[in-house]
Amino acid sequence: MINWFAKPTETPVIMDRVLIALALPVAVSAWVFGPMALAHCAVALAAGAGFESVCRFARNRTPWPFADRSVPVTCLLIALAMPPSAPLWLSVVAVGIGVVLAKELYGGLGRNVFNPAMAGYAAVLAAYPQALAHTDATTGATALDALRFRGAMTIDEASGGPAFGVLGGAGFEWVNAAALAGGVYLLLVRVVHWRLPLAVLVGLGLPAAIFHDAGSSASLGSPVFHWFAGASMLAAFFIATDPVTAPRAAGHQWLFGLGVGALVFAIRAAGSHPDGVAFAVLLGNLATPVLDRLRAARSGQAP
Amino acid sequence: MADLLLILLSAALVNNFVLVQFLGLCPFVGTSARFETTVPMTLATMFVLAVAAVATNLLHHHLLAPFGLEYLRIIAFIVVIAACVQFTELFVRAASPLLHRMLGLYLPLITTNCAVLGVVLIAVDEGLSLARTLVLAIGAGAGFGVAIVAFAALRERINDDAVPAPLRGVPLALVTVGFMALAFHGLRGIGAGMGA
Repeated sequence: MINWFAKPTETPVIMDRVLIALALPVAVSAWVFGPMALAHCAVALAAGAGFESVCRFARNRTPWPFADRSVPVTCLLIALAMPPSAPLWLSVVAVGIGVVLAKELYGGLGRNVFNPAMAGYAAVLAAYPQALAHTDATTGATALDALRFRGAMTIDEASGGPAFGVLGGAGFEWVNAAALAGGVYLLLVRVVHWRLPLAVLVGLGLPAAIFHDAGSSASLGSPVFHWFAGASMLAAFFIATDPVTAPRAAGHQWLFGLGVGALVFAIRAAGSHPDGVAFAVLLGNLATPVLDRLRAARSGQAP
Repeated sequence: MADLLLILLSAALVNNFVLVQFLGLCPFVGTSARFETTVPMTLATMFVLAVAAVATNLLHHHLLAPFGLEYLRIIAFIVVIAACVQFTELFVRAASPLLHRMLGLYLPLITTNCAVLGVVLIAVDEGLSLARTLVLAIGAGAGFGVAIVAFAALRERINDDAVPAPLRGVPLALVTVGFMALAFHGLRGIGAGMGA
């Protein structure tokens, strides 16, 4: 009899549970955005299997992919972060950069220094802004774009537009809600500790609450809007909690989570990219080795 | 005051001289192999930057510009920077011979650190006041420090035994710089609307 609530320690077991938790956001994304969302997931998984096989073969290992199930997690995170209207080859490029450049070159599982999914997604965000532009005939502008380019409209006027849903961005709010549900599952099966997700959500919500400005035309959106727009919940529960690229000490995890959340808000509010999740996570990853080094220095061990 | 803070943050983070403008990559890669050398290297670079920025600003506005000698500015600025570096090197050699040996050739090479010449040329081109020039130089030095400290810690973490043989050492370090630049690229545009 399997005890589903025992704290898992083996990577394939952990990753299987992460995959179970990701099934809900994938299903909701397919239901909200249609077959293109599923196509992105399928293409990303196929590309991930291919890239991992080639890398394993090149290093004289058994070329059988997905042995530790961390690559499919990376692939699904990229596919979920990708706007469904984006061309499918973008998912392939993002998976290639994430799996090959950001992970396999560093020696594979557990040796990477950047979150592979966000490294791949940030690379295509930077390299192909046109292909990723959120406005097209079928889906229209996303809420994060509409919020920024709304001119003198107040929040209430703008959020009556088609890009906005009940809580956050239209469609994206349900994917975020599903990611939240999947995240709660991960908390229950003790794959994820509550500290990092909470820190990210507080880091994102606090500046949003401070600058909310009672919904005036200068407002940058309420905390609830930011929690349920873009890839916020995925970042909080599935990306910032990556044990390889997040710091180890509890205090440093608070610092990391709050920093990533605040950076997401800063990039959304003032930067030139529509969603800051990928870049905020990479910037957090940059700080992780320094923080872990501080921890090692304090406890008197070699880093 | 607010605009000085904006210049500082912009030079240190959003327009980081190493990771966004790609200046000063040679000492960035060269002295980041060991974590211990990064903070002294940052302090040395920041000191040279601050002194050189103030000196070149005065030189430009009180000597070169009044006599119409702006075309000599690159030569004149390099002489000023070289003098600052010489002074710094003498100081480090006297204060800490060990540190002087650890920094090695990279200490005198601050002379040819294009970030230093870049900062003083940008400051003169933009017609920044003396105070703003100094803040820009300090921000650029701080940005160099943020980048090199993070980079050195990242390099320590990379396990060379696990890395494919052709990529061990500097090649993978350069891939890592690429991802760092990607992360900083995300900050693009922040502060642009505030008249930097």
